[in-house]
Amino acid sequence: MSTATIEPSLESRVHYLNVSYGIKSWLLTTDHKRIALLYLASITLMFFVGGAAAVLIRLHLIEPTGALVQPETYNKLFSMHGIIMVFFFLIPSIPATLGNFLVPMMVGARDLAFPRINLLSWYVYMVGALLTLSAILAGGVDTGWTFYPPYSSNYSQTHVILAALGVFIAGFSSILTGFNFIVTIHKMRAPGLTWFRLPLFIWALYATSIIQILGTPVVAITIALLGLERLFHVGIFDPKIGGDPILFQHLFWFYSHPAVYIMILPPMGVISELVTCFSRKRIFGYSFIAFSSLSIAVISFLVWGHHMFVSGQSVYAGLVFSVLSFLVAIPSAIKVFNWTATLYKGSISYDAPMLYAMGFIGLFTMGGVTGLFLASLAVDVHVHDTYFVIAHFHYIMVGGAVMAYLGGIHFWWPKITGRLYPDKWARFAALVIFIGFNLTFFPQYMLGYLGMPRRYAVYPAEFQVLNVMSSAGASILGVGYLIPLVYLIWSMRYGPVAGPNPWRAKGLEWETPSPPPTENFEETPVVTEEAYAYSTEEA
Amino acid sequence: MADHPAQAVQVHALAHQFDDLDQQHEASNFGMWIFLATEIMFFGGMFAGYTIFRHEYFTSFAAGSHLLNWRIGATNTAVLICSSLTMALAVHAAQLGKRMQLVTFLILTIVLGLAFIGIKLTFEWSRDWNEYLVPGQLVLGHAFAPQGEILKQLQEAHASLPKVEMFMFFYFAMTGFHALHMVVGVGLLLALTIMAWQGRFSPQRFNPVEGIGLYWHFVDIVWIFLFPLLYLIGGIS
Amino acid sequence: MSGHIVPQKVYFTIFALLIGMTGLTTWVATQNFGRWNTVIALAIAICKATLVILFFMHVKYSSNLTRAAVVVGFFWLALLLTLTLSDILTRSWIPTPSSWQSSTSQVP
Repeated sequence: MSTATIEPSLESRVHYLNVSYGIKSWLLTTDHKRIALLYLASITLMFFVGGAAAVLIRLHLIEPTGALVQPETYNKLFSMHGIIMVFFFLIPSIPATLGNFLVPMMVGARDLAFPRINLLSWYVYMVGALLTLSAILAGGVDTGWTFYPPYSSNYSQTHVILAALGVFIAGFSSILTGFNFIVTIHKMRAPGLTWFRLPLFIWALYATSIIQILGTPVVAITIALLGLERLFHVGIFDPKIGGDPILFQHLFWFYSHPAVYIMILPPMGVISELVTCFSRKRIFGYSFIAFSSLSIAVISFLVWGHHMFVSGQSVYAGLVFSVLSFLVAIPSAIKVFNWTATLYKGSISYDAPMLYAMGFIGLFTMGGVTGLFLASLAVDVHVHDTYFVIAHFHYIMVGGAVMAYLGGIHFWWPKITGRLYPDKWARFAALVIFIGFNLTFFPQYMLGYLGMPRRYAVYPAEFQVLNVMSSAGASILGVGYLIPLVYLIWSMRYGPVAGPNPWRAKGLEWETPSPPPTENFEETPVVTEEAYAYSTEEA
Repeated sequence: MADHPAQAVQVHALAHQFDDLDQQHEASNFGMWIFLATEIMFFGGMFAGYTIFRHEYFTSFAAGSHLLNWRIGATNTAVLICSSLTMALAVHAAQLGKRMQLVTFLILTIVLGLAFIGIKLTFEWSRDWNEYLVPGQLVLGHAFAPQGEILKQLQEAHASLPKVEMFMFFYFAMTGFHALHMVVGVGLLLALTIMAWQGRFSPQRFNPVEGIGLYWHFVDIVWIFLFPLLYLIGGIS
Repeated sequence: MSGHIVPQKVYFTIFALLIGMTGLTTWVATQNFGRWNTVIALAIAICKATLVILFFMHVKYSSNLTRAAVVVGFFWLALLLTLTLSDILTRSWIPTPSSWQSSTSQVP
């Protein structure tokens, strides 16, 4: 579907990649597109570091008595896997890469509202990442990514402060990104681009940014207080002096629950873009999807206590949080219905981005409904802290968010690089990932329900078969992730030239050359049509 | 385009991503408010912890509060309110393009901010240190250990020492983070003063003055809540 | 453009009110109104903060968007406080069916 024969050579035109060369032009850039690529490189690196920890975990769990490492090391492995994947991969992933690249383009602007703050956010991220990586190299941390006191404040002999400091600093990167997006979306839309003509990806990022702004500071102060408590041996979480460890959990989860929506809203935005383009249809229920993003952002702040049903929290608070947790599922379900209705009677093409999108819809739904099981107080008593929870969130984060992230990377890859990737390899990789993912994580639902606890280095022998299945799946999944790494990098040099709109998609970003010039548009576009104005004749 | 000097300032003042100065000004202002929303939540975490433990340990918290010098607290409150006035007058001067007035009010604000910190360090925190009221083992051998008159006062109030120590933790954490924000604010104001002295601001372009003014007022608001909540628990005599 | 220019007189008036209310809150602390002391202190603090926000921070003359940002910030803090307190304050309400309670047991 490329217009490669018409498009002149990539180097005969000036665009954001070739406008200047040299390391300084990258490290001191204020161009949102280059900053997006800086993030893409760092986030990819962190993904594979966190993935390495996961590989080690799954290798270790082949044997009921533990095949690979000492229990103390195992504790460090799952902690580092969680910390890196949550704070250094999932939270920044789509906003900092696809968001940074696309937000100004989708609203018809030349750049974000505060380009230098954008660059600062990347440096802040890097400082946080380097601190956390040093914590790993220095011996790791074993508190879990949740850093619960009193273990983390009083008893752990590992590098808690260093790792927590890395997370604390990375949080500011998240805040700066969200802040930039909110101001840009409010104040810099092109003429004619009313709120309800915006792409749903923008609505999703706007809702995400609200969560980043209002939630991240709370985990920042919580980690700071935890650090003070650990350093100075006094504080508010230590029960020995009248403190309350559950208070830590309240403050921690006040952010960390909305954080999971930071991790899933942008992928949902990507899916809205993919589903419309690859069914050649307007999105079904645009305003429902837009408002559901906002509702998720708001309601997500009201449900955090569902992580604490068995912690000693008041039963009455648990009741309230349980009801609200059921409520928060509704806007997500609305999205799934609307995407499905968009697919209905659409002209579907099964390009790699669409394969990822379809995988998302199925796997996210499975992960989502198991969330409802967990929201039920009585069921949660049985499955809390088991592999059921692990399966639930991996279905959403890996089966959902990572698949959408890959779908988005593939979809916008021609725009970002000006090149096409090899289609057959892309579809093959999507299939390998889908199979590997399900083999890895479906057995974990069963393990959890049968009672296998999470964060344990050993397990009863009767669970071995399911664990081995899961580890086998993980090896397939790992291979699946390596394949795009290879062909995407290959395509940057050897892929066919893409042209401005290889997918014939609707959206302002497709109305400019690939790769775009530094200022994005020759002149500021004027918007006259609704979003996703795919007509039936085009199909 | 740059034939008239004032226009030259205007053109130079417009960042490339914005279409006009209005848009730039609105974006800058709105952006600062978003940042302040994050600060509300940052301090809010500490206020939440404080609220919970004050509810649970009111007697000890009141006893701890009586250890603080409310006169100094009230003086500092007045100092900060004055600094908010001078900051507002600085923005006013910037709006009208009055360079010397702007510089003067910025300097006054800095002086008042430094006075606040100076009073805190000299009359409050150093005394707390000398009286072994600083919580935790900040320095080995200087742990929280109220003595003499202070210990008697706490015992008469039926306070529990670990919980008084927790109150002092909140006191130092909340006023500490507040003071940190003030120091950053003073630094920003210094930069602003230099820029103002160099004539970098005009009625068309004074966003940084306004933005940092908003930040400064916010830090004042945090103290407006800290004063009664920390110094006036359980009444004063 | 420079936005709405507030006359200096307004600033001085607000300043006087703020100093006055600081004195008031200090005086109230010398009186014994029981649990109302806390309520009054908070009410005065909220008034002072409101004056600073409306006049020193120009929110009275700002757009609805700015006002929305201010309200949202404080509202979210209220959410944090309310829901966390809903746990703390109800933790001791342990629901025990009446048939489980013997004549000598007490709800803590």
